[in-house]
Amino acid sequence: MARPPSAAADERLGRRSPARRLLARPELGALLGAIAVFVFFSVVADAFLQAPSFSTVLYASSTFGIMAVGVALLMIGGEFDLSAGVMVTTSALIAALVGYQLTLNLWVGVLVSLVLTLALGFLNGLLYVRTGLPSFIITLGTFFMLAGANLGVTKLVTGNVASDSVRDMDGFASARAVFAADVQVGGVQVNMTVFWWLVFVAVATWILLRTRVGNWIFAVGGNAASARAVGVPVDRTRIGLFMGVAFCAWFSGMHLVFAFATVQSGEGVGNEFFYIICAVIGGCLLTGGYGSAIGAAIGAFIFGMVNKGIVYAEWNPDWFKFFLGAMLLVATVVNLVVRRRVEQSR
Amino acid sequence: MTDARNGTPLVELDGVGKHYGNIIALHGVSLDVSAGEVTCVLGDNGAGKSTLIKIISGLHRHDEGVLRVQGEEVSFASPREALDRGIATVYQDLAVVPLMPVWRNFFLGSEKRRAFGLMDIPYMRRTAREELLRMGIDLRDVDQPIGTLSGGERQCVAIARAVHFGAKVLILDEPTAALGVKQAGVVLRYIVQARERGLGVVFITHNPHHAYPVGDRFLVLKRGRSLHHCAKSEITREELTALMAGGAELEELAHELQSTSDDDRAGTAAAEELAREAKGLHATKED
Repeated sequence: MARPPSAAADERLGRRSPARRLLARPELGALLGAIAVFVFFSVVADAFLQAPSFSTVLYASSTFGIMAVGVALLMIGGEFDLSAGVMVTTSALIAALVGYQLTLNLWVGVLVSLVLTLALGFLNGLLYVRTGLPSFIITLGTFFMLAGANLGVTKLVTGNVASDSVRDMDGFASARAVFAADVQVGGVQVNMTVFWWLVFVAVATWILLRTRVGNWIFAVGGNAASARAVGVPVDRTRIGLFMGVAFCAWFSGMHLVFAFATVQSGEGVGNEFFYIICAVIGGCLLTGGYGSAIGAAIGAFIFGMVNKGIVYAEWNPDWFKFFLGAMLLVATVVNLVVRRRVEQSR
Repeated sequence: MTDARNGTPLVELDGVGKHYGNIIALHGVSLDVSAGEVTCVLGDNGAGKSTLIKIISGLHRHDEGVLRVQGEEVSFASPREALDRGIATVYQDLAVVPLMPVWRNFFLGSEKRRAFGLMDIPYMRRTAREELLRMGIDLRDVDQPIGTLSGGERQCVAIARAVHFGAKVLILDEPTAALGVKQAGVVLRYIVQARERGLGVVFITHNPHHAYPVGDRFLVLKRGRSLHHCAKSEITREELTALMAGGAELEELAHELQSTSDDDRAGTAAAEELAREAKGLHATKED
């Protein structure tokens, strides 16, 4: 430290090779993985590179990718949300049931759902902040509560495990145009969710890298005690992150409603793990403080490619989960190496 | 610095105490921190140094006595409140977020903003670099994670940060504890620099050799109580060391070494050395 700011400084800088600099990017591992997966399925599956099937891959990526954005931000902030998967279903059910049962314009259901879903996220965050219990336990609790309530309330209201179809109701067409319509791009049908996904990723990246809140998210996940000591509102940041996940869940839920018109109340269980996998493959550290929304998007893209690529390669789709698990392990090892590199040269 | 002129200390503790349940961590401690002065708080592990700074920096509320900042009685509910009154604390271990870039750490919690919540990143990068340069740290790359800096450099980033954000009182928690001789020297130099800039510095340490050269005023804590409080003119380095080490304890240690290492010539030699030192300390204390 007391070195003269000339030769000694150069010497120190010399040790940081460009390769290591690149390695320190959270997205790098995911990007290499995505290229490998892409090349692999391009070779083994003839249909993979055709525009319509690629549009399907993007669609699958986007439906998980939108959730992965919120989950990745939360994970950078150092927490988990296991209730994210069923919260999507909850949100969809609220909109469909409120709209149908009260015979309202569906946009009212959409807004009611937004308010209630954000309240759920707020509750997750508040419980975590107030009790200090691990978010894993708290959201495991809300996960089961929501999963049970989804089925219970739907059966109670409709006498069925699915909500009634809202296809013919007021507002369906306009809401579908926003949340679920196909758009023609150069002769190919692309679902709206793909574009929304890009918007979500762009906004999240902007928040993380350019705003004060982004600084706080990294700090809260990296070292909450330090963050609090320098005056970062740690609790508010955490609650906000849980509400961010809830917002993504609301959006994904609205897609379900307006893509399929009926909502299966048992859906969503297990999806929370896919979101976490997308974020982790994309370079988010499980322990927080490190990661990016773009990485999570690449993670979701890998997820979509493997998910649909296996179908196009005409393999048994059961192998999907095997590949996904293997990829998670590889990604985690890569992340570990990256973190050691970053912390090593103390 | 106006405060120095009209004689009101920046921070004043009067009989301050703190207990956790039935454990009394601190009792009846008084202390003045004036602008342009370094106040050293010395004490062994468990003497109450950490509790003392947690009270001044707003992490804990005191249960007894009075805490005044610029003559006004306060009781801080959060570090933010202490910061707003110009009291900045540099913690030994939780000063920074290791994985975040240097400039983000520098501005964490006090980000410079433009419209729409956007951070003024070029300004923040430039300022962080300039402020560190002023402290003698020449970083080519303020984007490197702060975890890659050495311990002394990280302390200096934290000190530079506090100075930049207009701290009037700088609390340094064992800034030299984990450092080598040379690095500790550099940190001591910044302490003097901060004093020259008119800040009141509270320097917590268990090393009298670090405290004596830079300190203007010394508070020695022992088991949560104030053992000695004096100005530099009233105490010598040897007396300070004796207060810290406690001659009696050194003798005890010598006995212990003697008994455990009866057949061990090196151990015996060490014990004799300690005993001699203890005697020397007694002698200087009686002077």
